[in-house]
Amino acid sequence: MIDSENLDPNFKFLIASEPGGENIKKCFSCGTCTAGCPVREVTDRYNPRRIIRMAILGMKKEVLSSPFIWLCSSCYTCYERCPQDVRIPELMNAIKNIAVREGYLPPAMKIQLDLLSSHGRLLEVTDFENEKRKESGLPLLQAKTEDAKKILDRVGDRREK
Amino acid sequence: MRRKFSIGWVTVVKNSPEDHSPHSHYTLYLGCTVPVRALNYEISARKVAEKLGVQFSDNPDFSCCGYPIKSVNRYAYLLLAARNLALAEQKGLPLCTLCSACCGSLTEANHEIQKDEELRRRINDDLSECLGMRYEGGIRVTHFTRILQEEIRKKRVAEQIQADLSELRVAAHYGCHYIKPSTIYGKTENPEDPKSLDELIQATGAQSIYYEDKLQCCGGGVLAMDEQVALAMSQRKLEHIRAEQADAMVLICPFCSVMYEGNQRKIEKASQKEFLRNFTRRTGIEDEPCEANGDVKEDPSEAGLR
Repeated sequence: MIDSENLDPNFKFLIASEPGGENIKKCFSCGTCTAGCPVREVTDRYNPRRIIRMAILGMKKEVLSSPFIWLCSSCYTCYERCPQDVRIPELMNAIKNIAVREGYLPPAMKIQLDLLSSHGRLLEVTDFENEKRKESGLPLLQAKTEDAKKILDRVGDRREK
Repeated sequence: MRRKFSIGWVTVVKNSPEDHSPHSHYTLYLGCTVPVRALNYEISARKVAEKLGVQFSDNPDFSCCGYPIKSVNRYAYLLLAARNLALAEQKGLPLCTLCSACCGSLTEANHEIQKDEELRRRINDDLSECLGMRYEGGIRVTHFTRILQEEIRKKRVAEQIQADLSELRVAAHYGCHYIKPSTIYGKTENPEDPKSLDELIQATGAQSIYYEDKLQCCGGGVLAMDEQVALAMSQRKLEHIRAEQADAMVLICPFCSVMYEGNQRKIEKASQKEFLRNFTRRTGIEDEPCEANGDVKEDPSEAGLR
């Protein structure tokens, strides 16, 4: 049961002010996104129409803390089909960005962030990988780059201010 | 015995030293997955490019395209993408990606930086203070398959086919980020009815088959968050492809390859079905003698095929 006492009517405005979330209020819940969603096809834990409805209603905590927002595979099928141009994958992305700022960073994403920060890539390049590349006649890669860390640090610092 | 068929096209083209178009020089952007997990794809792409007279320059300093951090911090993603675009701009050549997610991510960032002057200024302020770089928006981003598409138009792929592939039934898997979102790719291709990969398969003489859910996502995007969901998504497609008795699947993204090739065994185990073992054999991904390569001078092991 939804208790209106616990709703945050400003949540939709917060999302709309986030890059990618601008068109949330245009959603009229037709369900085109959900009907063609390949994730929804294999699990009922992900339902974009439901998530958008919850967000518009103001169910801020339920949306931000739930793992379901992280199940969008970003295939952009709904993006192409939405009659209201809600741009759902970008909208989900905006919600995820807000969720991270509110402290809901999933462990899997933390791992990816740490890898990027340490190596500048998702997959580490060690001597082993470069040796394999050399054997295959492929050019070698820099083992790591500090630049990704510098970028993440800079963005992180600014957020804390 | 079934034929071996590679993800790339090295097995079906021969040497062609003639005409090097002045526009076919690119900086090759490998991203994270290709140079570590999809060497066969990289080797194939490089060999095919060489034979078609497409020249690649490498830059060992490229980092991740930024796609994985878009969901955590969109601006950090744009900065990381802009860093790679800035590196490419120093060389002045268009950027060719092998990974569809990298292509989508860099194209989207490029598109935004080019059209939004204020964003461009903000990004350049950060890039120059943080890394001493600037990106002016002068780079074109493309996918290797788009380059091949151009070569098909010039009829240069078909004329180089040596082996007879007419009996081969091939399932094209477009994946997502190669064609969508259409707002960043312009009118390159109809996202609901793409043709380029089918045309590429047909240009080799093979049959490009229709199958259910042909445009469906591989599930790779949720692999890190929920493996079972991702594997279930891949399994569905493998089942549909198998129902059409395909001999092979053609992929143009290393992450789709992680799902369909790398995770096949896992899908088999999770689903308690043996059908994928047969499917694997039929696609020839397993180590079997390779008839299709018989009259071509490329050794399949050289193309990174296992």
